[in-house]
Amino acid sequence: MSATALDAATPPLVTEAETRVAVATQRQLIWWRFRKHRLAVVSGIIVLVFYAVAAFADFIAYAEPFDTEASRSYIPPQPIHWFDAQGHFHPQVYALKGKRDLRTFKLSYAPDPSEPRDLALFAHGFRYRLFGLFPTDIHLLGVSNGRATDALFLFGTDQLGRDVFSRLVLATRTSLTIGLVGVTLSLVLGVLLGGISGLLGGWVDTIVQRIIEILRSIPTIPLWMGLAAAIPTSWSPEQVYFAITVIISLIGWTELARVVRGRFLALREEDFITAAVLAGASHMRIIFKHMVPSFLSHIIAAISLALPAMIISETTLSFLGLGLRPPAISWGVMLQDAQNLETLALAPWLLVAAVPVIIVILAFNFLGDGLRDAADPYG
Amino acid sequence: MLAYLARRLLLAVITLWAITVVTFIILQLPPGDFVDAYVAQASAMGSAISAAEAAALRHAYGLDQSYLVQYMKWLNLIMHGQFGESFEYSRPVTEVIGDRLWLTILLSFAAIIVTWVLALPIGIYSAVRQYSTGDYVFTFIGFIGLAVPSFLLALIVMYLGLRLFNVNLGGLFSAQYQLAPWSWGKLLDLMKHLPVPMLILALPGIAQLVRIMRANLLDELRRPYVVTARARGLAEHRVILKYPVRAALNPFASTIGYLLPYTVSGSIIISVVLSLPTVGPLLLHSLISQDMLLGSTIILLLGFLTVIGTLLSDLLLMWIDPRIRAGQLR
Repeated sequence: MSATALDAATPPLVTEAETRVAVATQRQLIWWRFRKHRLAVVSGIIVLVFYAVAAFADFIAYAEPFDTEASRSYIPPQPIHWFDAQGHFHPQVYALKGKRDLRTFKLSYAPDPSEPRDLALFAHGFRYRLFGLFPTDIHLLGVSNGRATDALFLFGTDQLGRDVFSRLVLATRTSLTIGLVGVTLSLVLGVLLGGISGLLGGWVDTIVQRIIEILRSIPTIPLWMGLAAAIPTSWSPEQVYFAITVIISLIGWTELARVVRGRFLALREEDFITAAVLAGASHMRIIFKHMVPSFLSHIIAAISLALPAMIISETTLSFLGLGLRPPAISWGVMLQDAQNLETLALAPWLLVAAVPVIIVILAFNFLGDGLRDAADPYG
Repeated sequence: MLAYLARRLLLAVITLWAITVVTFIILQLPPGDFVDAYVAQASAMGSAISAAEAAALRHAYGLDQSYLVQYMKWLNLIMHGQFGESFEYSRPVTEVIGDRLWLTILLSFAAIIVTWVLALPIGIYSAVRQYSTGDYVFTFIGFIGLAVPSFLLALIVMYLGLRLFNVNLGGLFSAQYQLAPWSWGKLLDLMKHLPVPMLILALPGIAQLVRIMRANLLDELRRPYVVTARARGLAEHRVILKYPVRAALNPFASTIGYLLPYTVSGSIIISVVLSLPTVGPLLLHSLISQDMLLGSTIILLLGFLTVIGTLLSDLLLMWIDPRIRAGQLR
């Protein structure tokens, strides 16, 4: 038997796929592992869409979010009529006629099919600056004959006659960025304290660990309520925004510090770190060239798991009236309008602000789970 | 074991002290004090209070002294069980809080019991019957518990109760028992109102614990000793309950310490939404009206009770886990 025949008979010891895995970079391995987690990939896309909405909020909103009008109070959501009277595809909305019931004094609205308004893409609306830079008045949606604010009520209006859809879109910007800024702050705290704790060990480690333990054994909500109540009413919305961010970031840092410390401790014992030490690498080189790349993915996973907690905190505080206050718009501020049963019975559509909260929190959780699994692709 | 106990006790004492300091600082933070608020209120009602009168009021309440002195005075009073008088109600703080504290404890405790009682069997079921319909159903409910903030859950449940059954699910008592002294009828009435807020409060904890229990038990079920137990012909319930469940229970027990602060925090929020007669709405109101002693007492008492509860759960952990009893861990 010749040598070539033998080669053909026995399967190769290393398959092509295995070779591919063996020579892949860590980034590729993480990406391959992440891709397998379908739910996480879908969640990642949802999160990206939400942040896109936040970035283009003024463009997507069709009505001025602060534009109050008593005669438009509590309009129920109005459907889009996709076909016109002749049965052609022709998206339009009907103008509304408000009527006051003389017995209950409740305003009720009836659409008037004789006055259709044509829906238009990239229509002109209120003036704003895209990304805070480019002045424009083009909006994603509008009506071509008449003003959008008089006819278009996708999610209805609130008590002051402000358009709920437009407000919801702008609230997305506030709620999502407050989570990001908060998580950045708690990341700084967490990496600093967790890193010091893991790197130095000894009594510093003990003290930091005890502080974390103490913080975690106190019911936080009453404490944050106390802190938030201390924000002076005279502060501007920007100052309140910043203060709330600081307060909620005080919640998140303990978990991040725990993760960072754990990674530091685990990595210190790794063979490749010992090898680097023996090869005479400096401290800085070891930390930034060897340690950081291998725990960066863990940090990113921890962040995406910490973000929903931040968003819940902001929403809860604002809902209680201790967080962001009007004129700032966030999901919590919007839900505050739906706080009592009377309002809920009268205008249940105000609860629509709950939908993005739930979707975003779920998406971040799934994304975080997927990232956490992918963070250690060798496992 | 004694060393572990001593360490826990010391940590609890430090935590209690930290709570007093943080509480005091927080309630000193708002600009202006109660007298400012009182003066503003009086002038809004049409009667003016002169600067001299305001100063006298400040002196009477000890508000003109340094923070350290005020803190020490306050701490000293607490040590003697005197929590002072609410500025706003002009009644002792303990009297204002009254039954509310016990109702808060009752609600939180009931929620935690429900959390355990439901999370343990559901967790075991989900792990043993992995990827079954039941597992998916519980996983779905778990995600709701995870993703819906408790105030939102309370709000939605209340809305559905009104819409579908036309009942108001808020409150803990029917109207006729609201102000009545305690009686069997009132207790029965409370028992009827408790389940809804209790379940709302327990849901996030259940979701979290089921997740942990399921993951732990799945890890344990793959171990060789489970195969050995089966190979030796042990009954299935014995195979599962006797060994893997006990092993999986340990991380479960250690999260109980964090479950309590979490539940107490949650009870504050859902109490505000469902207008339950717990300390929640009172705390919110006192913080907004800057009734410092009342607010601080509530935060303090909640913190104290939580720390004590955590200590108890640590003892439970010690009882469950022989490694701690033997002094091998920590």
